[in-house]
Amino acid sequence: MQSFYFDYNATTPIAAAVLEVYSEALRNGFGNASSIHFMGQAAKQALESARKQVARRIGCDPKELVFNSGGTESDNHAISGATRGVDRPHIITSSIEHPAVLNTVSRAVDVTIVPVSSDGLVDPDDVRRAIRPESRLISIMHVNNEIGSIQPIAEIARIAREHGVCMHSDGVQAAGRIDVDVKALGVDLYSISAHKMQGPKGVGALYVRKGYDLPPVFYGGRHEAGRRAGTENTPAIVAMGAAAELAAPDIAGLRDQLEQGILERVPQTRVNAASRHRAPNTTNICFEGIEGESMVIALDLRGFCVSSGSACSSGAVEPSHVLLALGMSKEQAKSSVRFSLGAGNTLEQVDRLIDAVEKSASHLRRLSPTYEAHV
Amino acid sequence: MQLWNQRRLPELQTEATTGRCCSLDDVYDARSVAQHLGMPFYVVNFEQRFEDQVVKPFISEYLSGRTPIPCTLCNNYVKFDHFLEMAEGIGAEEIATGHYARLDYNEETGRQELKRGVDPSKDQTYFLFGLTQQQLARTKFPLGGMNKSEVRALAQEYGLSVASKNDSQEICFVPNGDYAAFIDAYFREQRIEPTRTRGQITDVNGRVLGEHAGVHQFTVGQRKGLGIATGEPLYVIATQPATQTVVVGHNDELLRESCMAKDVNWISIERLVEPIRAEVKIRNKHVASPATIVPTADASCVQVRFDRPQRAVTPGQAAVFYQGDLVAGGGWID
Repeated sequence: MQSFYFDYNATTPIAAAVLEVYSEALRNGFGNASSIHFMGQAAKQALESARKQVARRIGCDPKELVFNSGGTESDNHAISGATRGVDRPHIITSSIEHPAVLNTVSRAVDVTIVPVSSDGLVDPDDVRRAIRPESRLISIMHVNNEIGSIQPIAEIARIAREHGVCMHSDGVQAAGRIDVDVKALGVDLYSISAHKMQGPKGVGALYVRKGYDLPPVFYGGRHEAGRRAGTENTPAIVAMGAAAELAAPDIAGLRDQLEQGILERVPQTRVNAASRHRAPNTTNICFEGIEGESMVIALDLRGFCVSSGSACSSGAVEPSHVLLALGMSKEQAKSSVRFSLGAGNTLEQVDRLIDAVEKSASHLRRLSPTYEAHV
Repeated sequence: MQLWNQRRLPELQTEATTGRCCSLDDVYDARSVAQHLGMPFYVVNFEQRFEDQVVKPFISEYLSGRTPIPCTLCNNYVKFDHFLEMAEGIGAEEIATGHYARLDYNEETGRQELKRGVDPSKDQTYFLFGLTQQQLARTKFPLGGMNKSEVRALAQEYGLSVASKNDSQEICFVPNGDYAAFIDAYFREQRIEPTRTRGQITDVNGRVLGEHAGVHQFTVGQRKGLGIATGEPLYVIATQPATQTVVVGHNDELLRESCMAKDVNWISIERLVEPIRAEVKIRNKHVASPATIVPTADASCVQVRFDRPQRAVTPGQAAVFYQGDLVAGGGWID
């Protein structure tokens, strides 16, 4: 049975052009970029070309990029590095960060978690009020993976700068979806990941503003200008460079069609964190009276890949911390399904998905002992 | 189904806990088998429901002086209720489980009939007496017609990695069968002061023979752990949490001629209108004993009159009524 993919926020398929570059690099560009000989030099050149491509994409200087294993490592590096050497660093972050940020931040003793509105937006004044003399780092994600909300990073970064606090933003769900210009944003550190932008898994980068001295958290060779040890995964980095040259898919129209279609055809549905400040590809919908997990499985059996909660929480007991942070109840959070679109989706697929959602929802509700339809 | 986090109560951890039901190892095994057979595999988490419907009643039953059967509650309220509902929700017509039991549809009576599995040492019908007609109509027990050794042989033949896996034993959430330790650990985790149930051990006439450290550590018929030195063996006759007393007596004082069974569920018949004959099991490891089941004024309650007095009739256990291999029904011993 054919499967239609609507879970781009979990990961994206590698674009055909990227795959070509990747295979070629794997086959013939296998050299170690630190080697003196021809193979090494070729790898080094490919690596640096890719660096330029990625730098262009996010508006920075190539020297300001540290390649690594992906978004999680970038977040860990940023947070651990920025708070290194301080006895009790104070960190300010939001309630809807990805576990890669929250679980790293929680290792510090002194953390302020700034709330979000029901639209999933941080109020920059809340951040300002939380700043203290001991504050070392503010980490606020650019685009949220579950609801797609876009934070006012430029404004928050300005506040950080005013107070001399390091500003990090997890941009894993931003790059490749919306415009990213790290200089305009004014951040010190910014995380990106290739597999969310039609590149391969296992590779990403951390933007480190020139002049900001970030210590390494991996020790070994002096790779990446002494900032990240380990033989570079050149083929994957080259692929990431190719991915960086792809235009972000123009997907808002399809997303809106899907969203409207579901809201119209399925009663008792609501978009979570519906806001103008939302990534163009994401819609997170609450289906009252239905277990989100059952809906995801039912849709899977009908050939549609979607998710409830984030990809990192399969079989988890707790409802999504992001949805709870919006002020939703546990039941509402557990009744939500995330649809995230990308380059491979078509109008026909969207129409079929709406049909499938309508059928699954009505079947599940008919069986539910607690659901009562309001006529 | 993920029902219980095996690592939740760390003080109960032993090596054995990695091999227990719904541990990561078990999920891995199940996934491997599904992959081998080419079928989709989903893990659903029912931990909250399991805790509410099985674990908490388990504890409160013990504290009330009864010996509970969590497996039956799990069947009634999780496996054949919540799980079955979810399965239907995603479009399934039936569920299949590995219970050693058989199901037949009786054309004449129009009823689903539950029968013992052919392997007498593995028969699990004792735990399934609570299933309704609707639940049984949408269930399959593919293993009921085979001996365990045949099942393992088939698993081997199909190349399943679990063919020689150890049998799952005991209660899935109680390591080593030490339910007293489990209850203590759970209370500690919940920051509940354990109910003070220290008290006296008396004979059937109320004469004090000794002391005990917790009513819930005793079950009817138990001989060990009394700490009383006498000539003849003494057994627990009853536990009385209200007075925190454990009553002990001689073997013949353990015998009962009859008992009441409440919240009766009928399977092969719709209800009891007049007395019937049946062989009754009062424990899973009990040999079914001939009895007459007599209706009472309360339709949900029956009286079980044994042909021969039975030893250690235990409140909290079930009385399951068999007619040959057929499960007529069953109820909870009061």
